[in-house]
Amino acid sequence: MNEVIQVEKLTKIYPIDKGRPPLYAVDGVDFTVHQGEVFGFLGPNGAGKTTTIRMLTGLARPTSGKAHLLSLDLAHDISRIKKQIGVVPEASNLYDELTAFDNLVFAMQLYGVPRQERKSRAEALLDRFRLSEKRDAPFAKLSRGMKRALTIAAALAHRPPLIFLDEPTTGLDVMSARSLRQMISGLRNEGVTVFLTTHYLEEAERLCDRIAILVKGRIVALDRVAQLKALAQEAPVVEVSLRDASGQVQVRRVETPNGVDGAVRQALQQAQGYEILKIDTLQPSLEDVFIKLTGLSAEAMLAEKGGKGGGNASG
Amino acid sequence: MLADDLRGLFYLTLKDLKAYYFKPPNISWGILFPFAFILAFAIRNPVDLHSLVPGLLALTILFGTTSMEAIVIVFERRIGSLERLLLAPLRLPALLAGKLLGGMTFGLTVTLVVLVVSLAIFGTAGINWLILLLALLLSATAFSALGAFVSVAVREIFEAQTLANFIRFPMMFLCGVFVPLASMPAWMQILARLLPLTYSVEALRIALLGGSWAVALIDLGALVVFSVVLFLLAVYTLARHIE
Repeated sequence: MNEVIQVEKLTKIYPIDKGRPPLYAVDGVDFTVHQGEVFGFLGPNGAGKTTTIRMLTGLARPTSGKAHLLSLDLAHDISRIKKQIGVVPEASNLYDELTAFDNLVFAMQLYGVPRQERKSRAEALLDRFRLSEKRDAPFAKLSRGMKRALTIAAALAHRPPLIFLDEPTTGLDVMSARSLRQMISGLRNEGVTVFLTTHYLEEAERLCDRIAILVKGRIVALDRVAQLKALAQEAPVVEVSLRDASGQVQVRRVETPNGVDGAVRQALQQAQGYEILKIDTLQPSLEDVFIKLTGLSAEAMLAEKGGKGGGNASG
Repeated sequence: MLADDLRGLFYLTLKDLKAYYFKPPNISWGILFPFAFILAFAIRNPVDLHSLVPGLLALTILFGTTSMEAIVIVFERRIGSLERLLLAPLRLPALLAGKLLGGMTFGLTVTLVVLVVSLAIFGTAGINWLILLLALLLSATAFSALGAFVSVAVREIFEAQTLANFIRFPMMFLCGVFVPLASMPAWMQILARLLPLTYSVEALRIALLGGSWAVALIDLGALVVFSVVLFLLAVYTLARHIE
């Protein structure tokens, strides 16, 4: 399996005021990203997600550590790396004064897309991101969701094999966020490697092949979603909904190390004298993993970020 | 890599001209502002108007190049679009050269309008076209580099405007635009020699009204030095933003 990103002991330290210890924004992280996967970087505000992206894309210099992107050394080949990556920062940052079409053409001009391809490529991207009707509208006049979509389209204009998406759905309404997630899934289907940072657990769970959970600059877990979930639950949990003689409904959870069958048997024993309404086997969620590893709830993380936004990840 | 830089700076210049410079308010302001100053001076102190043309041209280049150039980078940094350029396969000197060319092109265009009007009124007799061409080009380069430096040295747009005016307005009165340098006190003459507008006005005066080739060469050389130093300072300052 080709490794598109290889990172070893990458560290970024910011000096603070005299007399105070320096800030380890990213503290010796190691990870690899394979070709064609959606790799998620999940963590609360200030965990070091954006700083990692800034280092990998040449916007910040690592204090120490090594990184190779597309088999090129970050320390020596940043110009060649830049030609082969697309970056979508947290804030949509195209040019307000230029139209949607002109913004895409300018992105292609900067990256050396041949003149004869630019118009058709721009039209195709507008069509793909459902922006054809806004072709001649200035960027400033687009809705937030459209701006986000156009910013992603601009990052793809030169057909990069690797794209960085920094909090792509933050601040979007539910429909726009859902539409963007579909677009991101589409990228994977085309073989584009996606490095995605997000603080939305459901989004990471839905989109990512593998996820690294970052806390205070360090990776505390890195695996496939299913394996991460397994971390959160040592024993199966069965949830039984019961109704007693007076008609009151209660829900009981039974956890047992003897497997699901054992848990069900135990739940049935406890349910004698009640009407059993429903028996569910509870699957751990990424949120359970996150809480276990960070001690931070999903709500607390969203609150840190300044509100929900991004809609929910359904769809 | 050089091809990437040249292509990038070319399209960056075109983008800036389209997005920021060639807008009606910029064009009218770029032309009217120096005219208004010269007119006010001429009404208050009736002199040979022909002798004010070099100063008028130098002021037009100064304000034409710096008015937008001084805020364009800080503006793009505020809205985040400068990051797009920093992420592109374009080295910092090329990025800044693209910005600089936008300011130069706009400054020279509005100056050309003023020049044509001036020549139509005062004629073309005795003009040294080579010195005129070099003086216009090098003045535009030096002032545009000054604008780029101002724009990367600050964090807010209002700071850029304040700093640009802090530099430009004293230059207007110290650099021989309205009053010949020779009639100023010695300390003012020394101060004037530290400012690029002095050399621009002097070179343009020699080109349009006659004077020593040797002095013109010194003026043009000084403008080259100002261009290089200010451009390198701007590159260094911008590089420091990549921490």
